[in-house]
Amino acid sequence: MYDFAPFIDSYTSYLNAHFSPFWAGLISMVSLGVALLLFYAVLGLYLVYAERKVCAQMQNRMGPNRVGPMGLFQTIADLIKLLLKELIYIRNADSFLFNIAPFIVIVASIMAIGSIPFARGLQAVDLNIGVLYILAISSMGVIGVLIAGWASNSKYSVIGAMRSGAQVISYELSVGLALLCAITFAGSMQLSEIIASQQDGWWIFKGHIPAFVAFVIYLIAGTAETNRGPFDLAEAESELTAGFHTEYSGIKFAFFFLAEYMNMFVIAALATTLFLGGWLPFHLYNFTAFNTVMDYIPPVFWFFGKTAFVIYVMMWFKWTFPRLRIDQLLALEWKYLLPISLLNLLLISFLTLMQWHF
Amino acid sequence: MSGPKIIFFILAAAILVFSVMSIFSRRILRAAIYLLFVLVSMAGLYYMMNFQFLAAVQLILYAGGIVVLIIFSILLTSQINSTLDPPRKSHLLLGAVTSVLGLILGATTILKYSFQASASAPIGTDMRTIGRHLLGTGAEGYALPFEVITVLLLAALVGSILIARKPKV
Repeated sequence: MYDFAPFIDSYTSYLNAHFSPFWAGLISMVSLGVALLLFYAVLGLYLVYAERKVCAQMQNRMGPNRVGPMGLFQTIADLIKLLLKELIYIRNADSFLFNIAPFIVIVASIMAIGSIPFARGLQAVDLNIGVLYILAISSMGVIGVLIAGWASNSKYSVIGAMRSGAQVISYELSVGLALLCAITFAGSMQLSEIIASQQDGWWIFKGHIPAFVAFVIYLIAGTAETNRGPFDLAEAESELTAGFHTEYSGIKFAFFFLAEYMNMFVIAALATTLFLGGWLPFHLYNFTAFNTVMDYIPPVFWFFGKTAFVIYVMMWFKWTFPRLRIDQLLALEWKYLLPISLLNLLLISFLTLMQWHF
Repeated sequence: MSGPKIIFFILAAAILVFSVMSIFSRRILRAAIYLLFVLVSMAGLYYMMNFQFLAAVQLILYAGGIVVLIIFSILLTSQINSTLDPPRKSHLLLGAVTSVLGLILGATTILKYSFQASASAPIGTDMRTIGRHLLGTGAEGYALPFEVITVLLLAALVGSILIARKPKV
């Protein structure tokens, strides 16, 4: 539970001993893909469940509580229902683009998960440019949204897609600048090195106020990037029925739905890794007994606990703030967040240059 | 055949097929999406050569930036039912002649050129090395071109804002 590297090493050495290099590579690729897909599906379902529970809590309701204990199997029942639903064929839609759009969205989010460090030794690929890779891959998702809106041949969808495009392109700047703050502190883009640089304290504590400002900007811009409330103009159900996925039904709609939740998970996991120390336990300076107790909690729990906390905050946003208008949304980014994050980056570069962080 | 070779051939085939489809498609948004597939496959090739930074830049600039801009302008200007008109006969002929000439020129140049492996040790593609070279002022530093390009981009930004701005009433 504390270190996954020996387990993975023994698995790869078993494969190398019993198969030729070609088949060993293929089998490890396939097993990794299956593991990631299973993780993706299960986590996606339970994020939907969590969202419904959090929403219910915010609105003083019970939430799903009929299917299974505490409604735990509700989303699985929903999934089966969605799988059985008819896929509606639209006569005047561009069928090729209409069918490929959900896959672009879902591939973008699943590829980002591949490089997230879940625990010590539990990371599929540790790229030299990890943060940039996740940023690049998740910027592909908006293409799926845009072509979904256009190919549906419906005015609601096109308006939703246009809004979503303008929003994601704008907020990508703030996300990038906020991530750059953490990269400046750590001096590396490799996720494992960023975690290693937080061995003696998380960046949100070590980096004084600028790090906290960067964290808050990242959370706001990240929420906007996933098209979630209060920035859910792309699907604003009261004005656009369902925005870019109005015309989708059955499992294709479920893909969009699942991708939204997994994008939220990727944003939260990146926030955890860069600002909250990844899978490292919480340590207090000079409290040896406390630190030893904290070390007994396995890294996986630390990672998922912190990520769950960030996700909870994002859901809290959604259910307590009213939706922004499109001009307010763009003004927030270009007139407030972007200048603040540029200044913040300058301040952080200076802090790092003078070695004033802890 | 080894694993990387198979992946290389898949990517190369994808690049070729989607390039041709992108040119011959009559629907403009489909052409843009085929172009996206070409660019993504090229990022895959870069990644296979271990140029991870270049692959990410390819994705973030071309796939995430330029293709999104193209799609945006298509969304604003064209309708779903509109397809491009078939080209005129004279244009078709002229285009065919030019592309055959280009093919001959390119093929002869590539076949004549004797590719030789460079003797000097490869510079690492580590992010730190790239950063030091990009902003270095010493030997093999690219600080001056980098700054010149930033000034150019700034001028382009200011110019576009000036054009797009509403006149003051």
